[in-house]
Amino acid sequence: MIEIRFHGRGGQGAVVASKILAEALFREGNFVQSFPAFGAERRGAPVAAFTRANTYPIRIRTHIYAPDHVVVLDASLLDTTDVTAGLKPGGWVVINTDRSPENIPAMRGFKVATVDAGAVALKHGLGVPTAPIVNTAILGAFAKATGKVGLEALRKAILDQVPYNARANAQACVDAYQCTIIIADRI
Amino acid sequence: MKKVLMGDHAVSHAAMLSRVQVISAYPITPQTYVVEELAEACRDGRLKAKFVMVESEHSAMACIIGACAAGSRAFTATSSHGLALMHEMLHWASGARLPVVMANCNRALGPPWNILCDHSDSMSQRDTGWIQFYVESNQEALDTVIQAYRIAEKVLLPVMVNLDGFFLTHTAEVVDVPDQDQVDAYLPPFSLPYKLDVEDPHSFGAICLDDNFMALKHDMQAAMDLARDAALEADEAFAEIFGRKYGLLEPYRMDHADTVLVTNGTITGTAREVVDDLRRRGVSVGLLKVRMLRPFPFAPVRSLLGDRERIAVIDRSVSYGLAGGLACEIRSALYGHDHGRPRVFGYIAGLGGKDVVPSDIEEIVNRTLTYEQPPRDDIWIGAGT
Repeated sequence: MIEIRFHGRGGQGAVVASKILAEALFREGNFVQSFPAFGAERRGAPVAAFTRANTYPIRIRTHIYAPDHVVVLDASLLDTTDVTAGLKPGGWVVINTDRSPENIPAMRGFKVATVDAGAVALKHGLGVPTAPIVNTAILGAFAKATGKVGLEALRKAILDQVPYNARANAQACVDAYQCTIIIADRI
Repeated sequence: MKKVLMGDHAVSHAAMLSRVQVISAYPITPQTYVVEELAEACRDGRLKAKFVMVESEHSAMACIIGACAAGSRAFTATSSHGLALMHEMLHWASGARLPVVMANCNRALGPPWNILCDHSDSMSQRDTGWIQFYVESNQEALDTVIQAYRIAEKVLLPVMVNLDGFFLTHTAEVVDVPDQDQVDAYLPPFSLPYKLDVEDPHSFGAICLDDNFMALKHDMQAAMDLARDAALEADEAFAEIFGRKYGLLEPYRMDHADTVLVTNGTITGTAREVVDDLRRRGVSVGLLKVRMLRPFPFAPVRSLLGDRERIAVIDRSVSYGLAGGLACEIRSALYGHDHGRPRVFGYIAGLGGKDVVPSDIEEIVNRTLTYEQPPRDDIWIGAGT
């Protein structure tokens, strides 16, 4: 079983990202679950979403308290939310940020990767400068950092699942994969 | 074809595959994605049905009652306060013997305002003459809606398919969506024996005083008795075509189990993991999933639970001043018959979306094994007491 938690802000597409990742992992032959943190959503407020995948049917129906990996769609959350809460030792933290690696707070015991998903999204016309749509781009970074899902499966999942600008979203995912910065891959 | 679907969309796929002809719904909170997808399907032509948007859930139920009375296969979906608002019309649907099907996304009733998973909404409607199912997965939600039409149309009673709010409704997972021709083979076109028809007029809804009222209510109870067999038949026939079968109850690892957990809805899936774990550690515990709550499967409950030592029932709702509803049903099934008399421990957990995690279920088993007698008829888990 692999469990992934997404942190974002309402409107950034964290829930859709969790679904696309589930779809991609399904295409690779896994059983999957994806779900939002349950509750009422507000644009801009911190939100979370989750993906589970396993090689046999998933029976457990609880929230995810100890994820294997974490994806952060908005670096401002690093200052307000404990994004590594419950994260298993050695897990990846994949962060969308334009900060340079030395300006990312140390996360002892975890592996960290960054990508400027906002810039990648805008390059492909996804969203506006104040609110780029980063959810498909950051999935490329997740694939690069963790190796837990293939880029081709992600690309197909995006083309199948994203109702608007699917091709641009798929290309943003591929671009982000290529410009992901691995800050630490050793503990 | 296998797809990754939310529970809401598994239900709307099932309604489409069942070739529903009229859908009526109130589209605002506490409504879910179920009817949104159906409205889109009606608009873009994927579904040849009339979608009637109304101003309340009371009217939504009234609308599908009218549609069904005129001979149409009719569907609606609701949740929590929406179901509560339908209460009067639920009696009308069952009393008029109309085989409508409704999906209810189980959510809490306020105040305090909550919206999350809880069975209070449907448990409050147990006495309305509706057949009730509780499902464990999105696949089971889809399959049960299709089965529901076959059962409803056989016994002429309405069916409510309950699925846990958020834990199923907003959770996407792998669902095998059947082919339309297979569903057509399973579910023939709807034909109501007596319907509103200007070519063949009858009186409907006429007053019926102390001369015949009770006989008609006795007929309803007899139809409920038939519904158990109808549900088993629908399940067997479903298995032949689709290869999936659920039963009215599902025993899980109950062989030689002294202690049995009883659950419904999504707590069941988590409980399976706990039972597997406890069995590995040598604890003699099994699990009984209650899929059909109305009509209550008294006879199989007695034969499956009557000879056990301890039963631990987990309820996701409470009848205030009494105990958990499912626990009360289990107690009433077991009291006063020939089997041994297990001690029944009733637990209240997971109200208002409170997560029921493996350690909660393990605590329930441990308490059940530790207590000599139940300290109360309702033992609360996770209420901070």
